[in-house]
Amino acid sequence: MSDTVLDERDIALTVNGRPRRARCETRTNLVDFLRHGLGLTGSHVGCEHGVCGACTVLVDGAAIRGCLMLAVQADGAVVETVESLADDDGTLSIMQAAFAKHHALQCGYCTPGILMTLAEVERDDTVELSEDFVREALSGNLCRCTGYQNIVDAAMDALTAIRNAKGGTA
Amino acid sequence: MKCGPFRYHAPTELGEALELLGGMDNAKALAGGQSLMAMLNLRYAMPDDLIDLNRITGLAGVEEEPGGVIRIGAMTRQRVLERHAGLQHSMPILRQALLQVGHIQTRNRGTIGGSLCHLDPAAEQPAIALLYEAEIEAASAARGSRRIGMADFPAFYMTPAIEPDELVTAIRFRPWLGQVRHCFLEFARRHGDFAIVSAGCLVACDAAGRIERASIVLGGVGSAPLRLVAGEALLKGEVPGDAVFRAAAATAGDIEAMDDATYSSTYRRHLAQVMVRRCLEKAFASEEGAAAA
Amino acid sequence: MGSAPFIGRSVTRIEDDVLLRGKAKFLDDLPEGDALHAAFLRSPVAHGRIRHIDMDEARAMPGVAAILTFQDLSDVLVMQRMPLQFFSNTLPPDITPYPLAKDEVLFVGEAIAIVLADSRARAEDAVGAIGLDIEDLSVVADPRVSASAGAPKVASYRPDNLFASFRMEYGAVDTAFDKAAHRVALPLVQHRGAAHSMEGRGAMARPSGTGELTVWLSTQQSHEARGFLVEMLGLDETQINVIAPAVGGGFGAKYLTYPEEVTVAAAALKLDRAVKWVEDRREHFLAAVQERDQFWEIEAACDAQGKLLGIRGSMIHDGGAYVPQGINVAFNAATALPGPYVLPNYRMEVKVAATNKVATLPVRGAGYPEGTFCMERALDALAEVSGLDRVEIRMRNLVTPDLMPYVTPLKTRAGTPIAYDSGDFPVMLQGVLDDIDWQGFPERRLAAERKGLKAGIAVACGMKGTGRGPYESATVRIGKSGKVTIITGAMAMGQGLHTVMAQIAAESLGVQPEDIAVISGNTSSIPLGLGGFASRQTVAAGNAMHNAAQGVRKQILLIASEMLEAAAEDIELVDGMARVAGTERAVSLQAIAREAYGSPGYALPKGAEPGLEVSDNYMPTGLTYGMGAHAAEVHVDEETGAVQVVRYAVVNDCGRAINPMLVEGQIHGGVVHGLGNALFEYMGYDDQAQPTTTTLADYLLVSAPEVPRMSVRIVEYPSPKNPLGVKGVGEAGCLPVAAVVASAVEDALGRSDVLVRKVPLGPQDLFELLRAG
Repeated sequence: MSDTVLDERDIALTVNGRPRRARCETRTNLVDFLRHGLGLTGSHVGCEHGVCGACTVLVDGAAIRGCLMLAVQADGAVVETVESLADDDGTLSIMQAAFAKHHALQCGYCTPGILMTLAEVERDDTVELSEDFVREALSGNLCRCTGYQNIVDAAMDALTAIRNAKGGTA
Repeated sequence: MKCGPFRYHAPTELGEALELLGGMDNAKALAGGQSLMAMLNLRYAMPDDLIDLNRITGLAGVEEEPGGVIRIGAMTRQRVLERHAGLQHSMPILRQALLQVGHIQTRNRGTIGGSLCHLDPAAEQPAIALLYEAEIEAASAARGSRRIGMADFPAFYMTPAIEPDELVTAIRFRPWLGQVRHCFLEFARRHGDFAIVSAGCLVACDAAGRIERASIVLGGVGSAPLRLVAGEALLKGEVPGDAVFRAAAATAGDIEAMDDATYSSTYRRHLAQVMVRRCLEKAFASEEGAAAA
Repeated sequence: MGSAPFIGRSVTRIEDDVLLRGKAKFLDDLPEGDALHAAFLRSPVAHGRIRHIDMDEARAMPGVAAILTFQDLSDVLVMQRMPLQFFSNTLPPDITPYPLAKDEVLFVGEAIAIVLADSRARAEDAVGAIGLDIEDLSVVADPRVSASAGAPKVASYRPDNLFASFRMEYGAVDTAFDKAAHRVALPLVQHRGAAHSMEGRGAMARPSGTGELTVWLSTQQSHEARGFLVEMLGLDETQINVIAPAVGGGFGAKYLTYPEEVTVAAAALKLDRAVKWVEDRREHFLAAVQERDQFWEIEAACDAQGKLLGIRGSMIHDGGAYVPQGINVAFNAATALPGPYVLPNYRMEVKVAATNKVATLPVRGAGYPEGTFCMERALDALAEVSGLDRVEIRMRNLVTPDLMPYVTPLKTRAGTPIAYDSGDFPVMLQGVLDDIDWQGFPERRLAAERKGLKAGIAVACGMKGTGRGPYESATVRIGKSGKVTIITGAMAMGQGLHTVMAQIAAESLGVQPEDIAVISGNTSSIPLGLGGFASRQTVAAGNAMHNAAQGVRKQILLIASEMLEAAAEDIELVDGMARVAGTERAVSLQAIAREAYGSPGYALPKGAEPGLEVSDNYMPTGLTYGMGAHAAEVHVDEETGAVQVVRYAVVNDCGRAINPMLVEGQIHGGVVHGLGNALFEYMGYDDQAQPTTTTLADYLLVSAPEVPRMSVRIVEYPSPKNPLGVKGVGEAGCLPVAAVVASAVEDALGRSDVLVRKVPLGPQDLFELLRAG
């Protein structure tokens, strides 16, 4: 592109339950926008080519890679990031508490992405909870520190507890 | 790796998108973004204009047309297809294949049209489309709509036979009726990776239990998915069984396979034979492999 | 100390809360203010002479503030080449990099210029507009080629391509071979890729306006980094402060001060602007250190009973284009080879040869996995020719407890003898056999066969010297508020350093770990520190922390005994209080701290030092050794060449486990890294030393479905070498993994003509081995 005009758009979206408006460059991806445009630095950038999953956030309830979506594409959308998981009074979510209990994080860099992938999973009452299922669900999130075992244990623990609380069977 | 600058367009009507596309000489259409955004971030592609297809009404959805043809809009999300009750019934192999496409995050955004246009040699959706001899519907502002048989859709490595001013708008499948043995198998390093080699099959038998119709597709072997025509011919009229499957699979030893720094053509051809045989065996092994329309 | 309230307990981590909430601040999360964003112009060729850099168009692009080359930095740099980090009087000169390439580039990805703009995207736009005219020079991609006579030069200004050539030797190995009942020869090729922490490298430098520079670095060595900056920029310690924010993993690649980091600091000084650089994944592939390749030709000999008589051979290590730190990986690999076994005679000739690729430096394991692989493969080969069972040959050769402390004839880099201090290796090996259910394997093998798979099982032992000195620092301070703050020069990178240090301090002080503030990685908070590497911090920093906390405890008891009018030995510290045991008479730590701070005109309590603060720089007396016995079960699909690890067990000695849950986590992570080395991770280069795997789609990191359930059992053979009795564990998990997987694959196939001599072993590799066999 030879001209030097900045291509920007105004967007309006809901982020963690709050309406937000911003002006951003059209080429800015969603995770960079959340981090630097809105100051929500909990979502992280690991590869920028859609493999590591560190940038996973929910858009309209679906776990997506924030590095592969443009911020302007989230205009009008409902976005949820790791910062939305704890209660308003600060109590950690069942999943977050399970992660602490099971030592499911070490450096913590991949953790928000994993929590958001699991946030979609935990809302799906139809899935059959098993270790194989959880490992497959997490296959799009890379972790270099933990070896995944404690993450799987934490996820199984929390997903079972959440389902039981809803009155279903695991 | 941040992408280069572009002018961004978000048309809401197909006609608008086609007009835009027709008037630009360095434009890219953005579907699910699971392939294109990575390429943009890596600066492998530097379009001057980016046409976002995600706001266009009418490009997504699954419709059954008269005559039993299923028309899937190009912008239909893979996750929607994966969970579609009707498709699970009429084309269960599609779901088998989709569950191996990347990960949850990939399929939540990725579209069937995007995968078809990206045409990665190992991609699952082009393989399934070829298995069914699907028809690709493409449109341009200048020439209107046309249909391309999936066999003719790949022009070169990762290049579909559509013009720069065309967009794929839909894919039409004609599901097989009756009891159809089916299986899609992929050999990959990790769950969700592109296959090294994949094999899919649809097999229908007559009332006497002889194979009446067979379709076998291989992915990851050639620069585009290919049908194992010789193997299909061998199956016809035969009673399904290990020896017959082995013979059909052996025909994959004669196909031309890609040779690159990661995998040799010898290995790919070898895998092709293994995967075809296993695919046929699995299709007939369990009730999972059987479907009634 | 009586019973241990905190040490030995699996307390949940104090780090977790902010991490789980997404509130922790990693480098790119820090407030950046008006910082300029940096992108580097990097060499597209593996060897070339820079003829001209045309920056006019780039400089004029929107948002670009400056583009700097090596020449532009000459007014802020007082040194040209970066100093060699580990002192050496044997390495040749001119082997370290410049902060930016001066005129000759030696590897694809070497930084040539720094572009500073108002956004990273616009900085990258400008990089794309720079015209680079490079004259191609000859490229050497293979260290075996570069080490041979007449090879083209990796660097035109060096006399040859050899960084180091050394021999490690003891005993009379040739004589031993002459007398041997059995001999085997093994050519081994070992590849270990890169670190790939999920967070890449990064640096942000901010000048104060009055001559000071604060540099935030995603690093494993804040104090060392400051040392580099002090030297290169001609400043002193009062003018530079290095702070490590939350670090998203290091794995060795952040245990180095890189050219980019110096350049960022220099640019900030020159422009008098804050400058920030965040490494992206591609840069990590190109320019972060890796371990890469070692080519071994070894022979092993044993007697008729399978007892090792000697190992001899040679190894060529791919050193890359530069040696910024030392040749530790090659040195470690050669010293690690004997492992936990009795090896009476040994000779290894090692060459570290340069290539036109990025430098090789320790990644988790630091050469120990390679040495371990050699010994373990040698044992399996000797078992095969001697007809001995693979477990039995190990039992016969393991160092036994009656030999402890077992002084080996080898010496460390510092010249001290390598001595294994404690551990019952045969018991541990037997333990892992039990844990993996070795006895039950034949039945599992049959079950696998029914599914068309070949099952195999194997064991391997790995060991590393941990707790490297010469020291690590700790300060324990209780402020007038009563708040306990502990400070260390040790570095956090995800391993739970803060929790472990807090547990150690809590043990002496009777406060909860979560009530202790922990500061690490900040050069202004403590004067000395060496950082996180070589599995050293629990030993070195842990004991420093223990000593310091014990010192503060003494102070507390002295003052408390006066305040409570009781003997010090009758006072216990619990929940932030000093209480006379068995009574209600107590006084808070806050009150005691106030006494220690004193008041003008009043005397301090008798015998008390001012303030409640003690610092300690613990000096380890020698490396301490914790062994790990691993067992793995694999399923091999002979038709595709695929290998799946279906069972994995570890029995690991970390000495006294401060927090068993965290120890287990370290082993999980290490094992999975090892699985990557065994089966998945290959950093490819073509014959022009162009990287061919530059994305995470090409370079395969292990994901959750590939990992079997791991059984980890911690055993404790306390180290006699330090007061806490601890041993390091950060790298322990990965040491024997490639070896045990290779052995299990061979066991699965059961063919003496199919031998795994090269790792990683991908499916096509196995397919070709099967075909050739």
